[in-house]
Amino acid sequence: MSVLVRVFGDVDVAEEAVQDAFAEAVRRWPADGAPPSPAGWIITTARNKAIDRLRREAAREGKQAQAVLVNVAEPVEEGVVRDERLRLMFTCCHPALALQARVALTLRLLGGLTTAEIARAFLVPEATMAQRLVRAKGKIRDAGIPYRVPEEADLPGRLTGVLAVIYLVFNQGYGGRDELAAEAIRLGRVLAELMADEPEVLGLLALMLLIESRKGARMRDGELILLADQDRALWDRGLVDEGQALVRRCLRRNRPGPYQIQAAINAVHGDAARAEETDWRQILQLYDQLMGVAPSPVAALNRAVAVAEVEGVEEALAVVDGLDLGHYYLFHAIRADLLRRLGRREAAAAAYDEAIGRTENEAELAFLRRRRVSVCG
Amino acid sequence: MKLYALNMIQPVGEKPPPEALDKVMAELAEVRRDLESQEAWVFGRPLHGPEASTVVRLRDDEVIATDGPWTEGKEFIGGIIIIEVEDLDAALQVAARYTRVTGLPMEVRPFQGLI
Repeated sequence: MSVLVRVFGDVDVAEEAVQDAFAEAVRRWPADGAPPSPAGWIITTARNKAIDRLRREAAREGKQAQAVLVNVAEPVEEGVVRDERLRLMFTCCHPALALQARVALTLRLLGGLTTAEIARAFLVPEATMAQRLVRAKGKIRDAGIPYRVPEEADLPGRLTGVLAVIYLVFNQGYGGRDELAAEAIRLGRVLAELMADEPEVLGLLALMLLIESRKGARMRDGELILLADQDRALWDRGLVDEGQALVRRCLRRNRPGPYQIQAAINAVHGDAARAEETDWRQILQLYDQLMGVAPSPVAALNRAVAVAEVEGVEEALAVVDGLDLGHYYLFHAIRADLLRRLGRREAAAAAYDEAIGRTENEAELAFLRRRRVSVCG
Repeated sequence: MKLYALNMIQPVGEKPPPEALDKVMAELAEVRRDLESQEAWVFGRPLHGPEASTVVRLRDDEVIATDGPWTEGKEFIGGIIIIEVEDLDAALQVAARYTRVTGLPMEVRPFQGLI
């Protein structure tokens, strides 16, 4: 896809060509067997299909120019495919596009999700999503957004943008839409392969793998299960090991960043066979480091959970009460838990009510309602 | 290569003092010289304010001219620069230089068609 976008300079032409090529593959591969380089075969076929299509249109509309522009095919190497994917990733996540458009384009062009699937995942009508994609592709073409990995000077900022899109997709999946989490991890793997020298890229992949490893333990009977109460035998050990190995690779680089630090925090949890064995001191140190490189109210809120374990629940409550996060359900949920542990039942119940009013996720609601009942009946 | 218009977005209201303006004008001249040496410069001029604007429009079959900008706003286009560069990234870099010098937002708009 990405190779073709560059060859034709037009996302729509490339998209149709790829669809044609896959249709051809479905017809031919079962009988002939898959070719030695399936990706290369698809690209070469798609390019030929696109040339045919452009020639037909040129003949019909008297437009010769576009058909002439197309270079007639030399075979495409696998290495080229990888470079082109990276270029396309930076194009899809260009800051000149609205964030929603970046996410949608990334899923459509790199993730291979259909417009209908993306629309479902973001709870908008398919026509709205289709329109969003058309507008974004139009802007890429008309504004001249380049298909290029940014220059060294721009790379850190632009890479942060790409990572943010992938993590946003992952977090959409966290709310129960598994296919998005899986897609985000797949994109994270691709990026980690293409930019193995960038520790934050590895950090993001590690973070996603470690969070994903707990998926099987995170829910029971439609109710959210907190980390401390999870059955750790249900954690996916393979994903934990892979994530922890990536964290160790990051540590050796010694260029910490927010994704790496969050991954490291999750790796510490992965080390504890039982919740009581968690090394909270180390987790608190990592949160301090996170607040140093990327301070945010949400990071401070999560840090407070570690403060409760290391310094005490009163101290943690003081931290939480100092945060301006009243719109965020997790702020109230964590506050409620701290109040509950301090035996302040009525204040805890009120805080659970605040949390319940601020989430629509059924699993979270089930958990919060049960806790609400347990403090005040 | 593509043509881009860089529109300088200026707030309605007071102008900065002359000594601050002199420094800005000197830096703008330097940006222009750089763009000329890169053969990216096409055109650029500051505009008079909306108070100097006249709108010509068709009413029924008659053409009439009226005082004032086509739309009242808190901001107006204070100047236009046209550059010819490789792609949007290059245009954004030029716009960033202008923004740093003037402190004003720049709208980057591509012209239709290739050169």
